[in-house]
Formats: sequence, structure tokens, C-alpha cells
Amino acid sequence: MLNVNIDGKPIEVETGTTILEAADKAGIDIPTLCKHEDIAPLGTCGMCMVEIDGSPDYARACITQAQEGMQIRTHTRELRRIKRKLLQLVLAAHPDDCLQCIRHGECELQKLAEKFEIRDLEYEQYTRGLPIDSSAAGIVRDMNKCIGCGRCVEVCQNLQTVKAISFFGRGADTIVSPGAETNMGSGVCVNCGQCVVYCPVGALHEREQIDHVWGAIENPELHVAAQIAPAVRVALGEEFGMAPGELVIDKLYHALKMLGIDTVFDTNFSADLTIMEEGTEFLNRLAEGGPFPLITSCSPGWIKFGETYFPDLIENISSCKSPQQMMGSLIKTYFSETRGIPPEKIVSLSIMPCTAKKFEADRPEMNDSGFKDVDYVLTTRELARMIRQAGISFDKLEGTTSDSLLSAYSGAGTIFGATGGVMEAALRTAYELHTGKPLENINLKAVRGLEETKTASISIEGEELRVAVVHGLSNARELLSYVHKEQQAGRVPYHFIEIMACRGGCVGGGGQPIENSLYQRNLRGQGLYKEDAGLPLRKSHENPEVKALYEHYLEKPGGERSHHLLHTHYTRRNAYTL
Amino acid sequence: MRQSKVSITHYTMKTQDIEAYIGIGGYHGLRSALDMDKSAVVKEVQDSKLRGRGGAGFPTGKKWAGVPPSEETYVVCNADEGEPGTFKDRFIMENTPFLLLEGMTIAGYAVGAVKGFIYIRGEYPKIADTLKKALEAARSQNMLGNNILGTGFSFDIEIRRGGGSYVVGDETALLSSLMGKRGFPWMKPPYPTEKGLWDRPTVVNNVETLSYVPLILSHGAAAFSKIGAKGSTGPKLYSVSGHVKSPGVYEFPMGVRVKDLLKAAGGVQGQLKAVQIGGTAGPIYDAEALSMQLDYDSMQAAGGTLGSGAVVVMNSKTNMAGVLDVSMRFFAEESCGQCFPCRYGTRQLNYMAQRIAAGTGRQSYLSLMQDTGEVMRATSFCPFGQSVSTPLNSLLKHFGDEVKGFIQQQDYVKEVI
Repeated sequence: MLNVNIDGKPIEVETGTTILEAADKAGIDIPTLCKHEDIAPLGTCGMCMVEIDGSPDYARACITQAQEGMQIRTHTRELRRIKRKLLQLVLAAHPDDCLQCIRHGECELQKLAEKFEIRDLEYEQYTRGLPIDSSAAGIVRDMNKCIGCGRCVEVCQNLQTVKAISFFGRGADTIVSPGAETNMGSGVCVNCGQCVVYCPVGALHEREQIDHVWGAIENPELHVAAQIAPAVRVALGEEFGMAPGELVIDKLYHALKMLGIDTVFDTNFSADLTIMEEGTEFLNRLAEGGPFPLITSCSPGWIKFGETYFPDLIENISSCKSPQQMMGSLIKTYFSETRGIPPEKIVSLSIMPCTAKKFEADRPEMNDSGFKDVDYVLTTRELARMIRQAGISFDKLEGTTSDSLLSAYSGAGTIFGATGGVMEAALRTAYELHTGKPLENINLKAVRGLEETKTASISIEGEELRVAVVHGLSNARELLSYVHKEQQAGRVPYHFIEIMACRGGCVGGGGQPIENSLYQRNLRGQGLYKEDAGLPLRKSHENPEVKALYEHYLEKPGGERSHHLLHTHYTRRNAYTL
Repeated sequence: MRQSKVSITHYTMKTQDIEAYIGIGGYHGLRSALDMDKSAVVKEVQDSKLRGRGGAGFPTGKKWAGVPPSEETYVVCNADEGEPGTFKDRFIMENTPFLLLEGMTIAGYAVGAVKGFIYIRGEYPKIADTLKKALEAARSQNMLGNNILGTGFSFDIEIRRGGGSYVVGDETALLSSLMGKRGFPWMKPPYPTEKGLWDRPTVVNNVETLSYVPLILSHGAAAFSKIGAKGSTGPKLYSVSGHVKSPGVYEFPMGVRVKDLLKAAGGVQGQLKAVQIGGTAGPIYDAEALSMQLDYDSMQAAGGTLGSGAVVVMNSKTNMAGVLDVSMRFFAEESCGQCFPCRYGTRQLNYMAQRIAAGTGRQSYLSLMQDTGEVMRATSFCPFGQSVSTPLNSLLKHFGDEVKGFIQQQDYVKEVI
């Protein structure tokens, strides 16, 4: 521990604490544009400069460690003057189209400009005239708005290790761009959208499909059937001033009906269904002795990452479609037949916490019914915009229920939205189906929480099964490199692995409300576990509508019809020949 | 200076034959070093008070002494000579490449390294070839490679070429680039001597610094340190360019007066107006510069810097608005783009300087430019952006009236037309 004094306030901090962290502890807000609490400091923006007694130069608070006895001043007249100038330099290069910007009101640059009372610019403004890259299914990049903080590069290179974007050019021409003159649509980008949620400005955003969805709703010929992913229900409320993790699923059903959506289903149902299919696949592999590990396939960002960087492990990935695609496929078949609506008249819409789901929906193989499983994917943020456009006071809304057939869910389905949830749900069911006995303690706390890599072992009839859970693609890369090496040496380090592309799992997806830091992700995850704990049914195989589906339509898990509609295959991709 | 053996110019040859180099006393320094204990070599360099010739002037022996023991230590020669008006390293590498290789090998022995890299600027392709041939020759004479001169010490050197970035002349940016990353500087500490290439201890020295090392080992620290000025020992290579009759590299003891250096360079063409010392980031002086002494401490006391030892001479026909434009364009083009103040600041400075030189400037630009330079000095990540204000402020201090007059005159011209 050591003592420093910040703006006259003495404070004790641990050795190794940065001045920025120490100031935060002292209740002093030092402005930053490049530093984000979830990301290693970059030191690029210069907005966090502070004055240290006895030092001739100002220091960057984000990368300077506090030293014993330091006397620090953070908001002197001179520092305020310098930072106003610095902000003006940034603003002179930034388009002033705030009113049309997707991040209007949530932009860190805009907030700082207001805080520092920038009312006019001494500098000549200029624009860079760069083309907008909307070639990717999930993400749009407008580098004219980029301030060059480097967060997205840090996230893509080091936190996700996707390595889709990096810096090019020099000086004022510096630009963040995909390599080798590719665009985002043809490069290695997996559409995880983590760059989007950490971007301080509007340079990166989801590819919006709101207009298409309004069009479908307003077309009387079409029947719109929607599904809602687990992680949306504990995050959407934040867009309307509610707390992260607050469960708003009943309001959400109501809002969708008010928007004019004809049928409202729940992806939690198809999460339970995924467990039936994937659990069966796991038990089959157990009977046949492999191949192990079985790796989950719910996260489309992870799937493209795996296809690109670990093509040798493709046979380890579960052949199950993700819950979104299973639901989409059933909407165009089972629902269509049950309700007598021809599939070509049905628009399948999903509400997802995720930008990669837009990419997944567009994968050419996702049309086993002869029609696209999912026609449109809206992120949590886009749905919030639609709700506002419809004039709905979401926070004051009464709750209602979803439509029967593909909506019932167990607690196992709802925890799909948090890291470790799929593993926990799968084990609850696999144990019971395999042994015929109920699992004594169904709360598998070892695989919950934000720890980067979680492992556990579970004994099923004397056999020790090793499982691992990772979230964030750098952690996935590390674990899979190990698995791959072990595999080549003829060893099986794990039997079952859950991988989610985003830290925290889907609650931290690229389509979630901003701010979308680990802090919010943690609370949202807790919200899901809270819902799970309070539900009457906690295991996927107890879901009555899932049972009915098998009885009336699919026959049995892993059966022929399931294979046709609910399973898929993967493509080997090469990162270097795109 | 040619008469003294304690000089680089003593070793410059018309031929790049290693035997000829050995014939004039080459590799005597390495032989002496290999006879000594490693720590004694470091001590000899410390006693010589040799200071880094790249610009920062850090004591070389102190840098070497700070290298912790490690299984893998690197010596990197900074040959990314990108400073405008500086061509002394080129002079060494073209005329006496073995002196550099010998110095690097001694450095490798002293700090316990097995591998060295010469990071040479991309614009020197022919010199890179010269060095490659010199490396081959040194290996064939067992002055490099395994078991050098039968002493059991092994060391080899590899050449890496830069991609044309000025900022990579900064040692941390250079190491980033050498590792195959983008040439962004990093924040010190950790210093490269603790954590450099691939997180291993790494000594980065300039070409000229390393080239003086063999002289110290063969003639002794005392012979070296008695040359030059107090606090800045030894001889130094100065690059003189611009409006002098014989531009070139001149070797003088540290502390030589500018007027003596210019005399050696054949004198000024026409009437002297301005001198820029230390590189593009150095101050621009008027004729007062003539009496200045060119060593680290004297230049610092005069509010400037010795830098790389570049001396750029401008005569009375030089338009200082044009000098401002060229200087600001250099900073804008060479900013690495990492930090905001430098990326955005150099862009605005370049814009304003360009407008002034093109006759569309405004008087208000001058104070805004100085203000911007100050913000950059206070907030830029590395010395590059921090130093823009130095040439800017000194130019406006000495020649501000001329630039103001130029703006006014151009306004007048526009009105008349």
C-alpha cells in the first residue's frame, strides 16, 4: 500500500495502482477517450494528463503508476486549457453530424465536448472523405468518424485475437482497416461486434435492419413470428433507464405485440431443444468413445473463428444449429404446418444480443426447410429504437405472455445467455438421461462467473468427465491450442467444452445496450441465474412444449427429422486466402 | 583531425577490404576487449565517458552496466538515420563498416549477448549490401560467428531494413518494428535494457556510438576522454549541409564552435541568416549561433540540443515562411499517428504553415500555431510530438517579423491583383 494526494485529498492505494485508478478511488473523474476499464491502457488520447509535483512534464494518468508521496493535480487551469485545445484538435477532424449519428447521446467524444464547454473551434475543420464499409453482415465501419483511439484494434487483436483490423498509414492519414486491402465482409472478421461496443464514438455500429422489419410488420400479407434470445431480457431495460440484470421478459412480449408482431416465441425454448439434441449427441459420443472434446456451437462468432483458425477441430464442434437457427427452422416448418400458414408468407425475426447472429442468419446452408430459417435479426439496441419509434413507454408497460407452441422454457434455457450456462444446462440433462437419476445439486457454480477459463469434472456412473468453459476468443484460442496439441499426442484433455465469443457470454454480445462493460455483463448474468433459480422447471428435458414437439413432429432427439432441420455442417476457412 | 588515431576518420578507407582495415589497426580493440573480463570492458567504456551519439547523449557505459544477466541478450544498432540533415552514420557505414561491426561485437561481449541486429533505414539499400559483404568478410576472418578468435565467445549480427518511418529512429519504436510490429513507440519504463526485443534485455546504440567503442578499447579510456569538452568527451562527427561551400561530414573534438565547423566546411555561401542545429526538432538560430559550442552541455545551456550533430545553414536568400512550411510538413508526414496531439496537431500545423507559404495565411495562425505546439509539447506520447514547438518557437522568435511581414505582403498582393 502507498499514500498519494490527489487534488488535496489524501488516499491510500495498492502498489501498482495507476494514477487514473487512484483518482477514481478518490472520487475524481479524470477525462479519457482511449482508456476503458475493460481494456489495457493505450495512452493515445492524452486527455488524462495530470500534474505531479516535482516533475517538469505532465504525465498520462492511465499508464503512470502512483508512487509513495506523490502530490497530483488533475484539473488545474492550465490542464483544462490544454485539454480544451486537444479536444478542439480532435473535433476539427470529426464530422459534426451528431444529430444523425447512431451514437448521438451515447458518444464519449460528444460528452467530453460538452463537459469542456467547446462552443466553437479555432481550427479549420476537415473531413477525410473515406468510404463507408458495410460489406460485413453484422458491422458497419465509418472511418470518417474514427478518432483513432485504438480500442477496437486492441479488442480485435488481443482480447479476441481475431486479428481482423489494425492500424495503417501515418500521421493524420492513420486509419484502422482490415488487412491486405480486404473489406470487413471478405476478411477474417467474425462479426462479434466487440469493437462496436468499445468504440467511444459512432465509427462502428451494427448493420441496421429496422426498416425491413417495419416493412414486414406493415405488410398485411405477411405473418411475422419473432423469437427473443435469453440475454436480451436482462439488458433491454437499460435502454429505458432500468438497471442492468433486471428481468423484463414480460414487458418485452407485450412490446413486441404492440409493435404489431403476429406471433411471439422465445429462443429459450429452442435453447432447451438444443440441450436435447446436443445432450444426445454427447451421449452418443460417450457410447462410441468420441471424438472428444465436443464443443458447443451456439455462438456464431466462435463458429467462424473456429472455422478460420482451428479447422482441424471442426469434427469436434457439435453439429447442432444454434438456438436461433433451430427456432427459425421450426417456425418455417412445424409452426407453419400447425397454423396452416405457408412458409413463404412467414417472416422469421429474431431479437438477439449479437451482431454475429446477422451473419449466421445469412449463412447459405441455413435454409433446411427450403426457406431462410431467420429472415431478419435485430440487436437489442435496434429493438429499443423500434420501441421508442412506436412511442411505447417501455418501463411503464404491463407484462403479458408469449404465444404457445415454441415458447415454454426451463431455467436451463434461460442461462444460455451467460458464460457457463450452456454447459450447466447440458450437464443437468445429460446426467439425468444417462443415469436415469436426478442430479443432486443442479447449481454448477464452478462453471459460472467471469473467470476467464473455468473447468470442472463430473462423475457419471463412475466415469470422470472433464469439462471446460471459456468466453472471449483469446481464451478460446489459448484453450484450443492446448486441446489441439494434446489431441495430436493422442490425449483427451476435456470431454465437453463451451465456447462463447464474447466475454461474459451472450449478455456481453456486440448488440447489447451501451454501456456494455464487464460490470454490466456481470449483473446481466446474475439476472439470468436469478430467473433460473425462481422457475418451476430447471431442466430442458422437462420442458412440456419440447416434449410435445418430439411427440408430434420430430419423434426423438437426434432422429432423422431433427438431423434434417436442427443440425448443420461447417466450412474450413483459411485466414490467409480469403 | 586526421592526424589523431583516436578518430573515426583515421579508419575511413577507399576499400572495404577487411585485411586493409586490420592493417591500419582494425580489430585491435576487439582483441584487447576479449583479453579482458566483460565487466572490465564495461568499466573502460564508462571511464571514457562516451555518450550516445544518436541524440539523447545517454552515457553508453552506464547503459551497458544496466543490462541484467540473461540467457538471451541482444545488441541492436540503430542505423535508422532518418534525421534530416544528418548523414554521419551513412558516412561510417559506407567508409568503414568494419569499425561498426567491431564496436557491436565488443558491445555484445561486454553485455553478454549472442546476437546483434543492425536496423538500417530502408532508404539505404546499397549500404545494407555493403554491410552484408562486410559481415561475410568478418565471419571469414573469425571476427564474427562461433568461437571468435578462439576465445569461446560467439556472436553474430543480422541486418534488418526499415520501412521508411522517421519515428522508428526512436529506440522503442525501432524495437517494435524489428519484432515485425507497427513502429509505435512504447512508454518507458520498462527500458529496453530490462525488457526489449521479445522481452529480453536489449542494448540499443547508435552507429556512431558503437564505432567509437573500438577506439576506446585500443587506445584506452584516458586517451578518449582527454579529447573534447567537459561532460562531452571524445571526437564527434558533424553533418554540415545547406548553404556552405563544402557540405559533408566533419570530425572535431566535442565542443567545437559553429564558426570553426563552418570554416572547415568551406564557409557560408553568401550571407549567413539562420542555422538549425541538432536536426529538424532542434532550434533555428540566427547568426548568434556562430559562437556556440557543439557539445551536449553547452547546447543544453543555450536552450537547444546537440541532437545528432546536424548543422543546417541558411543564407540571406532563404524565405523563412518556406522554412516553416517545410519543417511542419516534415512533422505531419512523419508523425506515426499513434497519439492524438501529434496526429491531429501536426495536421493543423502543416495546414496553417502551408497556407502561410502559399500566401493565404492569416496573422492569427502564428499564435494558434505556437499554442498548438505547446499543447503537443505537454501531451504528446513521445519526444517527436513534444519537440515540434522547438523549431516553431525559435523560428518565430528570430524571424517572426519576417513571417508576419510575408503574410501581410501576400495580403497586399492579393488586394492589388
